[in-house]
Amino acid sequence: MFEIKNLKASLADEDKQILKGMNLKIGAGEVHAIMGPNGSGKSTMSYVASGKGGYVVDEGEVLLDGANLLDMEPDERAAAGLFLAFQYPVEIPGVGNMTFLRTAVNAQRKMRGEDELNAAQFLKIVREKAKALKIDADMLKRPVNVGFSGGEKKRNEILQMAMLEPKVCILDETDSGLDVDAMKLVAEGVNALRDGKRSFLVITHYQRLLDHIVPDVVHIMADGKIIKSGGPELALEVENNGYEGLMNEVV
Amino acid sequence: MGEVKRENLAEALLARHSAPRSGAGWALSARRAARDRVLALGAAGRRDEYWRYTNPAALNGAEAPDVEVLQLDETPVFDGVEKLLITFVDGVYRPDLSDDLQGENLEIMTLEEALEVDIHWASDLFGVFEARGQNPVPRPFAALNTAMAGQGVVIRANGKVTKPVALRYCRENRQSDVLLHHVIRVESGAELTVLENGAGGARLNTVMEVDVADGGSFHHLRAQGRDHTRLAITHIFARLGAEARFKSFTLTVNGQLTRNEVVLDIDGDDTKASVAGACLGDGDFLHDDTIFVTHDARDCESRQVFKKVLKNGATGVFQGKILVKADAQKTDGYQISQGLLLDDDSNFLAKPELEIYADDVACSHGSTCGAVDENSLFYLMSRGVPRKQAQNMMILAFLDEAIAEIENEELAEDIRTRLSGWAERHSA
Ligand SMILES: Nc1ncnc2c1ncn2[C@@H]1O[C@H](COP(=O)(O)OP(=O)(O)OP(=O)(O)O)[C@@H](O)[C@H]1O
Ligand SMILES: [Mg+2]
Repeated sequence: MFEIKNLKASLADEDKQILKGMNLKIGAGEVHAIMGPNGSGKSTMSYVASGKGGYVVDEGEVLLDGANLLDMEPDERAAAGLFLAFQYPVEIPGVGNMTFLRTAVNAQRKMRGEDELNAAQFLKIVREKAKALKIDADMLKRPVNVGFSGGEKKRNEILQMAMLEPKVCILDETDSGLDVDAMKLVAEGVNALRDGKRSFLVITHYQRLLDHIVPDVVHIMADGKIIKSGGPELALEVENNGYEGLMNEVV
Repeated sequence: MGEVKRENLAEALLARHSAPRSGAGWALSARRAARDRVLALGAAGRRDEYWRYTNPAALNGAEAPDVEVLQLDETPVFDGVEKLLITFVDGVYRPDLSDDLQGENLEIMTLEEALEVDIHWASDLFGVFEARGQNPVPRPFAALNTAMAGQGVVIRANGKVTKPVALRYCRENRQSDVLLHHVIRVESGAELTVLENGAGGARLNTVMEVDVADGGSFHHLRAQGRDHTRLAITHIFARLGAEARFKSFTLTVNGQLTRNEVVLDIDGDDTKASVAGACLGDGDFLHDDTIFVTHDARDCESRQVFKKVLKNGATGVFQGKILVKADAQKTDGYQISQGLLLDDDSNFLAKPELEIYADDVACSHGSTCGAVDENSLFYLMSRGVPRKQAQNMMILAFLDEAIAEIENEELAEDIRTRLSGWAERHSA
């Protein structure tokens, strides 16, 4: 379903490789978690997969249902079913949240050859989903992420995810900066999207989130690659002992 | 380059137009005085402090350029709003294409008519604000306009005027060299909206003199047409009394050369003024906003908000000044000018100026110039929005602060639609 194969990527401006042969395979309906020390390349992996500029792919593939995402523009990757919840959602003054969401939903539908949603249809759906995430109507009217609190930005990411109904969701530290209640809301939002087919890749530093979104597999990433994979108990081990022991094990 | 001496050029400029022969005594003397001003000031030249970024040669040139008359099948700007329509074709008033010159709380007539009779309020304004606006910065094209223009409208609002007065400028002649002069007085407590739409001429020179009395409110919205190689030089001279409101917004797309000057004198306390503009230029395009706001009263607010989107070698110019006189305490002056460059060939030149003699004021000014933000573009694209569409969203977002200055939401929406239309037509 979603597979990262021997991915090596460097910064475009500097001669510095960040991803050094990353491998990962997520089956349909599975939830995988990635943990790893700061700077190990987790966000870089999510950016390279979704097509952000500034990186050069040296080697490897990112496959979604067999198609190599790396050959596509970012919007095509989205239409193919990839979604990235940003670690730092971008503020865009002057672009209304609703306009943005509707444009995105309809652009994807168009690209997939589906009918576009009219304003009324769209509004009905977005209101429902926003309510579940406790996002008030006022927030939807404001410009994208402008003046949103850290937690509001993260919930807004989940709302976008819910509206776009992707096949593969990468959540980059969506739990960071959330209070306990907001984290539960976000986890519920994610769990509501678990339908046995949709796959998730959850990047986090805290085992706490994984109590709510229970992963099938936990990967440990260090220095640009996965160094160890295991069950949920691996997250507990990190929580208790840190990464030190794990990294020494590998070396 | 052997430049013609500026005095000789000034004479040549005057000789290019024929002023109306007749007129009431006051009108004749106002025109004569304006003529003398043109000769005394000389023509605008590259060495003048406020003509360094914009070359006035084409405006000074012997002939108006030959400009294809654009035939569009789209709905004209402001078409949807109820209005009192006044049409000028190649700078000539056309009663057959205009509504009757009457309306509630409104005195309105053509400039041609007004200059023949004694209307004290018009004679107090005609050429008077323009003349005052020559100091400290000379504006010879405006003096030329007063001296030679025979066409325009004279409007007096005596109360709330519900229907906007819409001036529509059409073209039929490929080479029309047009002068229009409007005189507007908004009486105490009155409200008036004036719309202007169209390129008006191959070379258009307009002057609008506006007097807003205490408690009066004046809104001005302008769209300068879509003709590609036309030239325009426009001036607004406004004086604002106490507790007055003044808003002017200009939309410019296309045009080879546009220079819009606004000279605002804030004369009474507790007044609020805003001058804003959004422009989009592709290729052979120079757009210049030159603004001079003088605060000479307490507790007033002025805003200058100018946004320019430029591509394929287009140039944007902004020269904006806020002058706060010693008695203008508690002035709140805001000025922002920004250029969005869609490629490396385009450029944005800004000269923001603050001159403050009062000690208790809050004035801010900022000028930036840059490309579309890559992070924002990626964010939009990562949600499935194609690059062009994402870029157009960013263009509209960039312009939005200027459009937000428009009070009437319906008209603002019309402007947004035009802007996105342009962005779509011009996305590479
Ligand atoms: N654009 C860039 N310019 C310079 N260095 C970069 C850039 N992008 C990533 N890096 C470097 O690449 C490494 C990996 O960064 P990345 O953000 O992927 O780490 P991360 O695992 O997500 O860390 P964190 O847990 O702190 O979010 C870091 O050393 C970072 O400084
Ligand atoms: Mg990260």
